[in-house]
Amino acid sequence: MVEFLLALAAGLAGAAFLLALWRFFQGPTAADRVVAFDVLTIIAITGILLTALVAGRGIYLDVALIYALLSFLGVIVVARYLEGGL
Amino acid sequence: MDASLYAVTPLNLLGALLLVLGAAFLLLGGLGLVRMPDVFNRIQAGTKATTLGTLLSLAGMGCLRPDWGLKLLLIGLFILFTNPLSSQVLARAAHRVGLKKSPLTQVDRLAEDTGEAP
Amino acid sequence: MLPLFSILLILWLMLNASLAPDVLILGLVTALVIAGLFRGSLSPLTEFKATPAALRAAPLYLLYFLKELVRSNLRLANVVLSPSLPLNPGIVKVRTRLTSRMGRLLLASSITLTPGTLTVALQGEWLYVHWVRVDHDDIDGATASIVAGFERYLEVMYG
Repeated sequence: MVEFLLALAAGLAGAAFLLALWRFFQGPTAADRVVAFDVLTIIAITGILLTALVAGRGIYLDVALIYALLSFLGVIVVARYLEGGL
Repeated sequence: MDASLYAVTPLNLLGALLLVLGAAFLLLGGLGLVRMPDVFNRIQAGTKATTLGTLLSLAGMGCLRPDWGLKLLLIGLFILFTNPLSSQVLARAAHRVGLKKSPLTQVDRLAEDTGEAP
Repeated sequence: MLPLFSILLILWLMLNASLAPDVLILGLVTALVIAGLFRGSLSPLTEFKATPAALRAAPLYLLYFLKELVRSNLRLANVVLSPSLPLNPGIVKVRTRLTSRMGRLLLASSITLTPGTLTVALQGEWLYVHWVRVDHDDIDGATASIVAGFERYLEVMYG
């Protein structure tokens, strides 16, 4: 039962990832791609955490944390660049 | 592989259900990203749905692995503080470079005040 | 400097989940150096009024925020899942009574995560908010329905 629910969650997150990926490639503007990138990374965090759960390895939590940190930084830097403030 | 994870206990079931709910909200965010007509509405859909989705998933994992609680809480706090910030910075940048807004848009007080073309 | 230092130390201890002397000393030194380097920056404890009323308001604010977050997602689901995509977007201008920097920042972030609104710009006491469904395009009406709910708590906590 729990196994099935976990697989279902992974499937839903995967579908969300594909939708965001479509927006990422479709654009049409750079800002749209950055929004899509932001959403992609957040979905990826859930993906990493699910992996940590199933593999039973706590060290992946740190990976997720650093990933969240870097994606935040990346979005801020790109947004500043779009604004012309970099 | 972690066998105790798949034991059917109330807490494990609650955790797995929260994970499914969280992933459903992530899917909602992805759907919003595809369906919304302009970048501001897309940011709205993206940021709200992914914040709640991630928080619910983290809560679910906390139920499945209570020993990870502290670190999951840390990730949750981080998401809660940074997610709206990156959306705001992005929205401001999109507005400043004058991205096309959906034709449905009613008013734009910011453009009026800064003297840009609406 | 002290607010940032305490936040950093708390985060460090949460990350390590231990109070061993070496962890504690490393955390103290690192937090001190970072807090010294970024003296002017904000942290959630900056300008926090440590009065009993503020301490009572903080958990209430969190509860209200979570309630609004869930409500905003249900409304979003309502919009995204309906075939006609009922949108009526616009950018409105609202005013806040808050004067502290942290209070305004938290207000802007809270607005971003609550039903149908996204802060686009923050200029002094004025906030420009993108609204998925514009109900009021005048300043007073928009302020009452977007800002007032959070301001109640943040005013007590940060001023």
